[in-house]
Amino acid sequence: MTNPWTDIKNTDLVIVMGGNAAEAHPCGFKWVTEAKAHRGAKLVVVDPRYTRTASVADYYAPIRPGSDIAFLMGAIRWCMENDKVQWDYVRDYTNASFLVREDFGWQDGLFSGYDEEKRDFDKESWDYQIGDDGFALTDPTLENPRCVWQMLKKHVDVYTPEFVENITGTPRDKFLDICGMIGECSAVDKTMTSMYALGWTQHSKGAQNIRGMAMLQLILGNIGVRGGGMNALRGHSNIQGLTDIGLMSNLIPGYLNIPTESEVDWQTYLSTRSFTPLRPGQTSYWQNYPTFMVSFLKAMWGDAATEENDWAFDYLPKLDVPAYDILRMFELMNNDRVNLYFCQGFNPLLSIPNREKVTTGLSKLKMLVVMDPLSTETSHFWQNHGAHNDVDTASIQTEVLELPTTCFAEDEGALVNSGRWLQWHWPGATPPGEAKHDTWIMAQIWTRVRELYRTEGGAFPDPIVNLSWDYADPGEPHPSELAREMNGRALSDVTDPATGAVIVQAGQQVSGFGQLRGDGSTMAGCWIYAGSWTEEGNMMARRDNSDPDDVGMYLNWAFAWPANRRVLYNRASADLQGQPWDATRPLVQWDGERWGGYDVPDIAPTANPSEVGPFIMNQEGVSRLFTRGMMRDGPFPTHMEPFESPMANVFNPRMRGNPVARIFESDVARLGGSDEFPFVATSYRLTEHFHYWTKHNPVNAALQPEFFVEISEELAAERGITKGGRVRVWGARGQVWAKAVVTKRIKPMTCDGKTVHVVGIPLHWGFMGAAKKGWGPNSLTPFVGDANTDTPEFKAFLVNIEPAAEEPVA
Amino acid sequence: MNDMANSPTTAVSNPPVQPTEAYFNAGDIVRISATRNVPQPDRQLEKLAKLIDVSKCIGCKACQSACVEWNDTHPEIEENVGVYENPHDLTPNMFTLMRFAEWENPATNDLEWLIRKDGCMHCEDPGCLKACPAPGAIVQYSNGIVDFVKDNCIGCGYCVTGCPFDIPRISQVDHKSYKCTLCSDRVAVGQGPACAKACPTQAIVFGTKADMQAHAETRIEDLKSRGYENAGLYDPAGVGGTHVMYVLHHADKPGIYNELPENPRISPIVEGWKGVTKTAGLAVIGLAAVGATLHGLFSRGNEVEEHDTEAAKTLVVEGRDPDEDPHKGGPA
Repeated sequence: MTNPWTDIKNTDLVIVMGGNAAEAHPCGFKWVTEAKAHRGAKLVVVDPRYTRTASVADYYAPIRPGSDIAFLMGAIRWCMENDKVQWDYVRDYTNASFLVREDFGWQDGLFSGYDEEKRDFDKESWDYQIGDDGFALTDPTLENPRCVWQMLKKHVDVYTPEFVENITGTPRDKFLDICGMIGECSAVDKTMTSMYALGWTQHSKGAQNIRGMAMLQLILGNIGVRGGGMNALRGHSNIQGLTDIGLMSNLIPGYLNIPTESEVDWQTYLSTRSFTPLRPGQTSYWQNYPTFMVSFLKAMWGDAATEENDWAFDYLPKLDVPAYDILRMFELMNNDRVNLYFCQGFNPLLSIPNREKVTTGLSKLKMLVVMDPLSTETSHFWQNHGAHNDVDTASIQTEVLELPTTCFAEDEGALVNSGRWLQWHWPGATPPGEAKHDTWIMAQIWTRVRELYRTEGGAFPDPIVNLSWDYADPGEPHPSELAREMNGRALSDVTDPATGAVIVQAGQQVSGFGQLRGDGSTMAGCWIYAGSWTEEGNMMARRDNSDPDDVGMYLNWAFAWPANRRVLYNRASADLQGQPWDATRPLVQWDGERWGGYDVPDIAPTANPSEVGPFIMNQEGVSRLFTRGMMRDGPFPTHMEPFESPMANVFNPRMRGNPVARIFESDVARLGGSDEFPFVATSYRLTEHFHYWTKHNPVNAALQPEFFVEISEELAAERGITKGGRVRVWGARGQVWAKAVVTKRIKPMTCDGKTVHVVGIPLHWGFMGAAKKGWGPNSLTPFVGDANTDTPEFKAFLVNIEPAAEEPVA
Repeated sequence: MNDMANSPTTAVSNPPVQPTEAYFNAGDIVRISATRNVPQPDRQLEKLAKLIDVSKCIGCKACQSACVEWNDTHPEIEENVGVYENPHDLTPNMFTLMRFAEWENPATNDLEWLIRKDGCMHCEDPGCLKACPAPGAIVQYSNGIVDFVKDNCIGCGYCVTGCPFDIPRISQVDHKSYKCTLCSDRVAVGQGPACAKACPTQAIVFGTKADMQAHAETRIEDLKSRGYENAGLYDPAGVGGTHVMYVLHHADKPGIYNELPENPRISPIVEGWKGVTKTAGLAVIGLAAVGATLHGLFSRGNEVEEHDTEAAKTLVVEGRDPDEDPHKGGPA
């Protein structure tokens, strides 16, 4: 989230699209009810289903799963055409005025540079025109036909209300009503907030869905302001922490990157990360990349990381592929390329698409280690549960170890919420039985592995034997030790470059990332967490809920990264003179000499507002309506169909799904078509459950006991399905049996003259736990993900459905 | 924008963590089932109410979950029968239930998903208490809470007949009647009901009835501004008003909220029979026996004998003792 949960109360319009906040985030949703109760805010829901969020909305419109980009580009077109644009913001705070290269273009659904063979774009043309001075060329009048604004106007021209209705199935009048409500928020005294979640990410073009709304928010001037923002509602209580800490194969904590194998040395690695400003006088804060990277390497390898050995850069693994994401890992398992799989707090048998492929992958392992507080389906993948897990146990040779861990309520540490607040918590209960903290288990394994490398050597033992491990108990690092390490400290005295005065003494915790140095004098495990545990103590444990003037910032409650800032890009809440756009909703402002206000300003304290742009992380100093080559599938979002869709892509009937999304050969063969599987399925959570955990709890199990699918009354009539009757749902990769909930909340849509029926498939059941045995949607979903993130396409796929007489037998 | 003047705080604020003296007790009882001449307390407690704002409810069932946890009940894990209601009905182990109604508004042609938290309404004039033939099985406090005293319940089911909202459920296990207590045990020590405490959107709030009525007014005003011109408060006069009230978007049509009665009244049979203070074989328990705790106030064997049931039936069906004044001893 760019803004904290508590800020949602400041909004005038909440648009929930690509999410279902009331059901999946009921506690956070209270801030929507606050905005409605105290600001008279309106709530708009756009969703294939009339959800529980829709039940309390002021306005609802249906949409065909996987067609959101068309809706969003249509809304942008409508705002441009109807002058619903915050012009000052667009001109000064976005790259609308930047000139794009002459060779960039779009046609037949594809941007320039497409290579069908490689399923990739050559992105060279997706860039600005650069002048002789090294800076991008701009046209502040926004009239040059090559400026981003004009290019965008041309790009969205096709997304007329008629086109939108045809693609999305959203009735034209409803689409236009919503555009009208959105358009009102282009006024400086009106803001809209976007609340979204997996309904946008779990598509083969998920990142572009989010881009679409982010662009709309920029055009309305709604980024960086109170009650505005792009608010990604994170699912797991600490999934924000997971991304921050870089628990992905291609990331290093703090959104730094694992080098690729072509980055053979430190200099090569840094050469593409200089981030020099693209406009005069801009901050381009990522210029500090080397500082954060050196501090990270010092945290990893301490004294073994020296200037002479390039801070132990060679110790880092080098990627031979863009990422070892979960889909790739299970592909590799299926190809007999994985021996041992550590599965920590994860239930892939129900979470990874194409369950059949997951089962065969796990069956090919030599060993599977499951660390989890619960006895999961994954740890029992080898066990026959009749139709619910129809495996031949005797043929599976994988050795499975279950290591019971503690759950969140039994350990200490920080959870990072969607609003980037690191909130420290303490154990509320004693772990049951033999459950151990994850840190204990990992430290026990680690110290033994290190011992093996020490005594037996190996091809390259250095990164292992030299790893920093200075914890009081090497067998169980304490959460406070880990937190202090992530914050970072001075290894030798740190001085102010201007005065030479010592600002942090050797051994002391740094109080912010501004004190980190790239000369080896500091270490920090996760630079964005600098300031969370300072010499003054654990800032994450703060519990002062005072909120001067009720702005919703709560600066003394816990700690928010970065720098305890609650609203990202908050500098953009003020105009070029540094004064708030909306005097009734000030956030930060310029007093002629310094920035100050209710939040920690997202700009250097003395940066002159008329000179330094508000988007300090970007080389441009402004935000991007056109993203250059930063996304694999295009600098603007363009409508793409899901990989399984009842419609061909109207721009290019040959194009299936996202043209650059990675899909493995064997999985292409397992895609289904609408002739065999005529109905669009989408998966989702229900408020009664949390993922696959709470089915283990008898209370939650009683509240939503059994797997079901939801269909319209029309589809039920067409297929002879009765309310509460049993149905079989099948697709190109598998089948499930479920109870039928026949509802008015799903209605057939009309797209391109065809009737589109939606089958809703919630995901909370398996064969372990207290609830009735069932299946997850992953028995049906395709093994393909987003082109940028590889997040699987769980929200739009094809199925067929029929009444089933009785419970199936294996 | 931060006008919280009418926002009740009882259930929202953090409860006291130190043990607290109960601020009401058996001495505040104003009515006792099958008991006449209940001595009236010296004091009148302020009337309480739970307000359920149906327009803010997201149907998350946190209230059901909190109710189960607090009351330590064990609802059955049933099947899905094609609806979102689980369990499918109120049960002796589920005192509150979200009921879901899909209603197409003929005025707008828009679908509305009306989600109502069902449970005991705590009537000012409680039909269950009037119908109950077991002395001391149902009591009413001067703050309006209607509570079942399990130990005195004979499981005859006449509270079910007497209830205009079809709320009490008889356990097949212990043959006792169960329903929401308005968390009398929590309220007595200054906490709000568990459901209100758990409600993430504050669709359930709790406080004095006067505060709740005032709060409801602000909500109704908001709903009217959003086009719900018939928004209103459900506090039906036919049962003397209730201590659980609803804010409804369509107060002119309570029936669309899963058959919420338009004009609930105590069954004429129960009204006709009036006081059941002649207990025909059931000993009247004097208030001398009242203990200090709220539940189990009246000590009595809890076995239901055949003749108890027969006696109760006779009372209810034949409506004896027509001269008793049912309101005698009741609150003014």
